[in-house]
Amino acid sequence: MNTKLLCRGALVLLAVLTALYLVAPVFFVIPTSFNDSSFLEFPPKAFSTRWYEAYFQDPAWINATLNSLQIGVWVTILSVVLGTAAALAMVRGRYPVKALVSGLVLAPVLVPYVIIALAVYAVFLEMGLTQSVLGFVLVHTALAVPFVVINVSAALVSFDERLEMAAMSLGANRVTTFLKVTLPCIAPSVAAGALFAFITSFDEVVTSVFLAGPDLSTLPVQMWSGVRVQIDPTVAAVSTMLLLVTLALFASAGLVRLFRARRLAEAA
Amino acid sequence: MPQEAGDAPGAGSSPAPARRRPRILDGWGLLVLPLVAFLLVVFVAPLVSILARSFTDPTTGLDNYRDFFGSPVYLDVLGNTFRISGLVTLVTLLLGFPYAYLMTLAPPLWRNLMLVAVLIPFWTSLLVRTFAWVLMLGDTGVVNQFLMSIGLIDEPTQLIRNQTGVLVGMVQVMLPYAVLPMFATMRQIDRRLVQAAEGLGARPISAFWRVYAPLTLPGVAASCLLVFISSIGFYVTPALLGGPKDMMIGELIVQQLSAVLRWGFASALAVVLLLVTAALLLLVSRIVNIGKFMGGER
Repeated sequence: MNTKLLCRGALVLLAVLTALYLVAPVFFVIPTSFNDSSFLEFPPKAFSTRWYEAYFQDPAWINATLNSLQIGVWVTILSVVLGTAAALAMVRGRYPVKALVSGLVLAPVLVPYVIIALAVYAVFLEMGLTQSVLGFVLVHTALAVPFVVINVSAALVSFDERLEMAAMSLGANRVTTFLKVTLPCIAPSVAAGALFAFITSFDEVVTSVFLAGPDLSTLPVQMWSGVRVQIDPTVAAVSTMLLLVTLALFASAGLVRLFRARRLAEAA
Repeated sequence: MPQEAGDAPGAGSSPAPARRRPRILDGWGLLVLPLVAFLLVVFVAPLVSILARSFTDPTTGLDNYRDFFGSPVYLDVLGNTFRISGLVTLVTLLLGFPYAYLMTLAPPLWRNLMLVAVLIPFWTSLLVRTFAWVLMLGDTGVVNQFLMSIGLIDEPTQLIRNQTGVLVGMVQVMLPYAVLPMFATMRQIDRRLVQAAEGLGARPISAFWRVYAPLTLPGVAASCLLVFISSIGFYVTPALLGGPKDMMIGELIVQQLSAVLRWGFASALAVVLLLVTAALLLLVSRIVNIGKFMGGER
């Protein structure tokens, strides 16, 4: 019995340390960003918002942020449209070489990004697409679209097709049925896919570092150059803002899901 | 003791709806075409072009591959890549397995907290976390301060720009990818099997290792392979946390391109990395359904 208790204790201790290790960097960055020193001491000796001011006053950072937002929105739209259509086909349709197509659709997540970056950079350089919004949107969409397909096809698999039959037997045509019955049912998964797509683009470093240049840079590229050679303390402020935004987005997505689950549970 | 056979939860699948006329391509099927066309142009064509380039630039033939496999310097990079990925996989397993196991035992509130701890890094930018490690592991960083304050070391030890730095950074990135699938596998295991073994006289430890652990094996194997595969293609973390001696193949590709503009050689390296990745993925697909694996959680 004692050994069992000892095992449990060791297990709990290990898990606590692992959990700390998982969240430490995230929670370390937040206080560090309010440092007065450019050496980013921890704990900060004096509180200051100078790195936030530095961010908002530097047009390079602001432009990079705006570019990232613009690219992210286009990527979200494009990958939701392409991905939802493909998910419908993959779950319900018939077409030749199905397994091969599934492999192709998942491949961008599985192939190392360095390879994709190199390959796309080589082609885009010849086509004049480097340092262009279009170039970024195309690559990021390829990387983001699998997440939409995975999310939406999971929803479609569990969707009860009898609801559609019911709608049609009550006189709705195919389009109305899709828009008024199918789409609302899969909407949360489409939204989750869209969120993933946006964040994939907004966070993407490797392909962006290849495609960026003096004419067009994104937020991760700007951060990359602020860490790579010499540490730019502004990165700490940017990191904190990014953390708060992504955590808020995911937390709200989680809450929405929780509410829906509760409503469904009450309805049942 | 008579006992009802436990129904495997979720094993029953709803009967497949009657299929429509057997046709090769139907209306729904057409909807996959835009995405396929898009990926062929943006993703496949560029990959084919670097494959071609690896055989033609600067001279036609196998020169780039001969350079790579003939040079100890480059083979070292390949060796580093496998060594670091193997270590990352090992540490991830050693930390992730007990963590996932404890998640199955913990009461719901604690389980959810543990899940949040796994999801937080999953949700936050890789670059932000790597940046945090750069600060934390530096000579004057928190980790060194802490180790000195408890008297474990007298002067700052180097934790960054070497293998330690790469491991700390990469394991933190890969842990969620290992914990979530292992937890999913472990949750499906019927704990009464362990009780039965103990009831029949097995000591708890041997009941765990001989009954429970083998049942987790498919999930564990798949997690390990996926962690290993993802690790060999890493670029950002090793570039920021590793030293010149720990260069991995991803960094070599970028270096060959940006520093010396050897397009053909960089392409050949990419092809080698791609082939290794593909071979390992083929191995994983023998064990699990990859699509399910990636979308199964969340």
